Amino acid sequence: MTAMRRAILVDRIATGALWGIGILVVAILLAIIGHFLLAAVGTISPAFLFGDPSDTEIGGIWPLIWNSLYILVLTMLITVPLGTLGGIYMAEYAGEGRFTDAIRFSQELIGSVPSIVVGLFGLALFVNLTHWGYTALGGALALTVFNLPLMSRLAEQAIRAVPDDERAGSLALGSTKWQTIVHVVLPIAIPGLVTGVILTAGRVFGEAAALLFTAGSSTPAHFNFANFNLADPRSPWSPFHTATTLSVYIWHINSEGLGSFVEQLANASSAVLIVAVLLFNLGARGLGRLLQRRVTGA
Amino acid sequence: MAQSPVAAPSLGLHQQPSLAGRLDLPKRFTFAAAAVVLVLVALLLSFVGWNGTQVFTVPGQSVGTLLGPTWSPSGTPAEFGILPFILGTLGVMVVAAIIAAPLSIGLAVFMAEVAPPWARAITRPAMEVFVGIPSVVYGFLGLSILVPFLSHNFRWLGFTVGYSWFAGSLVLALMILPTVASIAYDALLTIPADLRSASMALGTTRWQTIRHILLPAARGGLLTAVILGMMRAAGEALAVQMVIGNRPTIPTGLTNPLTTLTAQITLDMGNTTPAETWNKVLWTMGLVLLLMSFTFVVLARYLGRRGSRPS
Repeated sequence: MTAMRRAILVDRIATGALWGIGILVVAILLAIIGHFLLAAVGTISPAFLFGDPSDTEIGGIWPLIWNSLYILVLTMLITVPLGTLGGIYMAEYAGEGRFTDAIRFSQELIGSVPSIVVGLFGLALFVNLTHWGYTALGGALALTVFNLPLMSRLAEQAIRAVPDDERAGSLALGSTKWQTIVHVVLPIAIPGLVTGVILTAGRVFGEAAALLFTAGSSTPAHFNFANFNLADPRSPWSPFHTATTLSVYIWHINSEGLGSFVEQLANASSAVLIVAVLLFNLGARGLGRLLQRRVTGA
Repeated sequence: MAQSPVAAPSLGLHQQPSLAGRLDLPKRFTFAAAAVVLVLVALLLSFVGWNGTQVFTVPGQSVGTLLGPTWSPSGTPAEFGILPFILGTLGVMVVAAIIAAPLSIGLAVFMAEVAPPWARAITRPAMEVFVGIPSVVYGFLGLSILVPFLSHNFRWLGFTVGYSWFAGSLVLALMILPTVASIAYDALLTIPADLRSASMALGTTRWQTIRHILLPAARGGLLTAVILGMMRAAGEALAVQMVIGNRPTIPTGLTNPLTTLTAQITLDMGNTTPAETWNKVLWTMGLVLLLMSFTFVVLARYLGRRGSRPS
């Protein structure tokens, strides 16, 4: 009886401890988010979000937000089609075998490479070998290196989740395998694909180490958005402009130790990044659910 | 139609396989897209491998001198021992794992076994947001809050500057916690429900079932989760660099500054040119990191496979 009572007591204590861990982790997350949001109140204003950065005062972060979005779009333009096609192959065509194993192993390997090493690789390939210097395109390509396997895997999962009945039905009507994939499988897989795209995008937005030596890490000068010359590296529209992103900037201003305003600036920039991450996350959920309803309801 | 369309779908309506059918262009096309990742691995290995071994073409540099304990790139004679960085990386990683492993496995057990649906509805999305927070934000958090906190309140423990091994490990632990927890959670979910009910039917408490049945059954998956977390910790650069003080000596204690492979590459790469020995050594450090992460992948695969086999 005492043994049983003891077991019950231990069970109570363990349950309490597990609840404690769960509450602690959620509390830490809320504290982090709350800390940055509170610290950023008073700094975040239209002038801050859309102003030019400065090395002597708080200034604005518009060029950095622009660069983050620019690199994000550029990376996704490469990653999404290529990753989806790769996912289609892995889900619909690939059989069991050495080659499939090799691809899976490669995906895991690339997923494990530290981002600073991807940055070194990008430095050698997209900065030095090509003589581009630090460019948005170089940064986007470096990010593609580790986003492609991720996107490919998420696409494969989304496509595999489509029930085989759908395929059989389409094939029974006489469509080719490719017609089935394009007109039947992909539309059903779209909610999953969209979630994959947004999760990948969230990672790109926060990445810094791989961009340090590929897209640059200096405080950008004023952007002239009227300059549409894509070959001009000074044009913010050009893939060849030096593109310090918001995440890199947070690191940059802290490592340079520019002045007393740095903490306030970094707090506000971190808040912007966190809000962006929250939006990506909510977006992935909301859009995924919405598309799901439309696809299944249609 | 003679053939079953399911068995030979690429032939479709054609009675005779057409040229397009025989070539199966879509298959080749998607195959090429899937094979890109193989090309990437090959490129990555050859570029980092080539640049990472260039240091051995410099007279006087060998594996022996590289593994030396002294880092003095601008001294006379210049010494390029990277042992402090390797030990720093391993040290920061191991302590981070020691802090993060119990917490994240506890969290996974909480989500899988204890939490009522409403609590799970909070913790799971919280986990995803947690994973998504950029690493520089964690680094800045450590720099602006943890480091001053340590140096103000724990000076008596030896945190004279706050920038320290412990600060780096704590920031990393926070960073890898959600990753480890979500992989561990997946591992717990794959345990067959039979094990649970069989144990409960014997009259055990929930904790006895967790402790003696579920955790041993998920051992492989849990180890894999911790290994993948350690891998992330070893590869993280900026967040760590911001809080460890970057002192290139053999690590001496949890309260003292140290440096890591990633931090040193971050700091020095922009200040050196490819002709310098210094720069070549940074590449070697990149190669060491690459080989380390590959080792982790192989280890995680091995453990995952062993864990999935009923023992």
